[in-house]
Amino acid sequence: MKPFAALLERLAFTQARGAKLALLQRYFAATPDPDRGFGLAALTGGLRLATARPAQIRALIAARTDPELFALAYDYVGDLAETVALMWPAADEGAAPPGLAEVIAALERTPREAVPGQLAAWLDRCDASERLALLKLITGGLRVGVSARLAKVALAGLGAGGVAVEAIEEVWHALTPPYGALFAWLEGRGERPDPAGAPSFRPPMLAHPLEADDFARLDLAAYRAEWKWDGVRVQLAAGPGGRALFSRGAEDISAAFPDIVAAMGFAAVLDGELLVVREGMVAPFADLQQRLNRKAAPARLLASHPAAVQLYDMLFDGEEDLRALPFDARRARLEAWFARARPARMGLSPLLPVAGRAALAALRDGAREAGIEGLMLKRADSPYLAGRPKGLWWKWKRAPLTIDAVLLYAQHGHGKRGGLYSDYTFGLWREDGTLVPVGKAYSGFTDAELTFLDRWIRTHTVARFGPVREVEKTLVLEVAFDAAQRSTRHKSGVALRFPRISRIRTDKPANEADRLDTLLGLIGPGKD
Amino acid sequence: MSAPAAETWLQVRPEGLYCVPGDFFIDPLRAVPRAVITHAHADHARPGHGAVLASAETLALMRARLGAGAAGARQQPVGLGEALTLGGVRLWLAPAGHVLGSAQVAMEYRGQRVVVSGDYKRAADPTCAGFEPVRCDVFVTEATFALPVFRHPRAGDEIVKLLASLALFPERSHLIGCYALGKSQRVIALLRQAGWQRPIYLHGTLMPLCRLYEALGVPLGELRPVIGATKAELAGAVVLAPPSALADRWSGRLADPVTALASGWMQVRARARARGVELPLVISDHADWDALNATIDETGAAEVWVTHGAEEALVHAATRRGVRARALRLIGYGEEAGEDGGEAP
Repeated sequence: MKPFAALLERLAFTQARGAKLALLQRYFAATPDPDRGFGLAALTGGLRLATARPAQIRALIAARTDPELFALAYDYVGDLAETVALMWPAADEGAAPPGLAEVIAALERTPREAVPGQLAAWLDRCDASERLALLKLITGGLRVGVSARLAKVALAGLGAGGVAVEAIEEVWHALTPPYGALFAWLEGRGERPDPAGAPSFRPPMLAHPLEADDFARLDLAAYRAEWKWDGVRVQLAAGPGGRALFSRGAEDISAAFPDIVAAMGFAAVLDGELLVVREGMVAPFADLQQRLNRKAAPARLLASHPAAVQLYDMLFDGEEDLRALPFDARRARLEAWFARARPARMGLSPLLPVAGRAALAALRDGAREAGIEGLMLKRADSPYLAGRPKGLWWKWKRAPLTIDAVLLYAQHGHGKRGGLYSDYTFGLWREDGTLVPVGKAYSGFTDAELTFLDRWIRTHTVARFGPVREVEKTLVLEVAFDAAQRSTRHKSGVALRFPRISRIRTDKPANEADRLDTLLGLIGPGKD
Repeated sequence: MSAPAAETWLQVRPEGLYCVPGDFFIDPLRAVPRAVITHAHADHARPGHGAVLASAETLALMRARLGAGAAGARQQPVGLGEALTLGGVRLWLAPAGHVLGSAQVAMEYRGQRVVVSGDYKRAADPTCAGFEPVRCDVFVTEATFALPVFRHPRAGDEIVKLLASLALFPERSHLIGCYALGKSQRVIALLRQAGWQRPIYLHGTLMPLCRLYEALGVPLGELRPVIGATKAELAGAVVLAPPSALADRWSGRLADPVTALASGWMQVRARARARGVELPLVISDHADWDALNATIDETGAAEVWVTHGAEEALVHAATRRGVRARALRLIGYGEEAGEDGGEAP
């Protein structure tokens, strides 16, 4: 557990890709089998373990600490697993933490109801860093910013000779933890594992954000336009050897989307956008989030949050690799294939007319319904290239709307932002000169702005209600949002989509902030 | 005969904690005629006092930081444990283990003993004398890290993490944010203890205090200014800078630096992330939760006053153990430290 905990701790603070690769490679090189294989599985989402619920973790800590002290500590830290890891009674001198393989083997045979007791026994043998790793493992939330793809790139550099990452992708889905055969092959001690026709992930082609001067220079005649869907990019790979739904980062998310996998009775590799769609209407992104990060999907959720895919590219038709073909030719193949196959739960993302710059800009700005965040512009002659090649594909998000609002309340963030006041409720002026709350934002600010806001809130608090601080009504925040929608659930009568802090307007007095009427005037047409 | 309540002779005033019969303030927040100073950090040792009584090291550090003219018109050094009497109050200093020269202020008046801790820690520190608990009736304690999530790991283990990172990224400079007074010298001394013999490079603002520590008898090994060092010399080197200098590119010569910060706040991940730190080092010059509570118990005090930090949790925990505890709500310590983004050093 110690090397794994040390790895997670470093990864949690490491942003640079090169440094993450160095940390992963050192871990894989220095950690013996089978621990390193289980570490790899934990990082790439390859473990199916009995887990513990937050309420069970709370019960464990409640039996060991003063409830008032726990409440104060949790309020400060903001993350349950971290609070528990830090507060847990210290291990006896000389206690040795369990090994990762020992933990996983035990969890595989521990009945669900016995997991909390087993967890407590392990926590008693760990230091704070190991406790946090264990708790994150068992609550299923490592979140250290390592994609499956990145782990595989690290593995590719492991052996003396080096193996291409594509070669690892090809065999990956035929392997299981703790990946002994894989490590043996990578280190030149064994044969290449046989993929046996299992579906494998192909790195997707990514787009650059389109800036105003890029747009002015673009030769529009050479481009095709599609909606930019507000969902999750997926790759569907199916054939005689099996079916898999991959995320952009090569995570196999099939288990969470059995409804999609059931519809993949074909032999092809397709590129598309995963969405929740009810009666032909794309649901807000938050609905899709309910389906993500799950190890299984309960039937009730499958019924209430049905998934669908908008297809926009074809990488393989059967065994035939189409990636070298130009976009137009791939699109023709995709359309012809779709007409034949007619897969359930899937649609073709339409090509949009490209009738000049002004018309395209109007199309982008008019797209304010759920599920669309702008346009994609793809060169008609672009082959399907891995990574983010320059100048071929562009993503062109619609400009956000903004209002100047007054900060009303603040609350501690959770998880990554724990311990800092990072959840902000803001309001606008009503006719009668009172402020009415119109939304909450907890993103968009820089680290420096967060530090400023946290300090400002602590020094301008006028009242506290549990974890919430009411502040002086003097700070103006420019809030950006994607759309305003009429809402009967909000006191203001309006709900904002994806509000975030775009600027802190210390230059603007609060009485010059926007009025509610201004916001009501921005409500999109016909979306009541 | 029962002693008068301590509140009658030790009072909270806008200037800070005031000893009435002795007519002096302890760590006053603004200029006063007579001050007793626990240690030389900016939020405790403010400029412009009339008479200043403190340890000789604290006075030397104050002169270096504030300038000889602002470090007290009359300076009176007192040796640790050396008692004197001021207006019927018997007063002496006891080591606090926070930074070089740091002291607790012990006072006896009409049979009652009050000890003001200043900032303190219980962990060993090669750069200053260790904390000595003083039995007392009223203990006035800091509470910077008074939440049960703050249980500082051994500083030596954090240095092992730093050395492991230097080994993993031998081409990258390791830029460590450290408060200029105390933390910097302690990190250097810990590195030397761990066997790091190479020159350590310093941001310009750290050099004078390191030189003063050496003059006061704390050897720190070879120190060099970053200015003038070549890119090749800085590759894989340890570089120390004040925390405020971490964000700005004050030296383009640093080779793809691993940014570290040595601070007790690094215990909480969100705090470390908010500072953009790649290698958080939980090295604190304050008592952690367990040490604060153990120290209260060791003093045997029936009553505890909490000066600054997370008073609520410490008052709660002390009360649960039958100690009368209350928060003094002194404003102006820790929060104003500035250099460390709100951290009391």
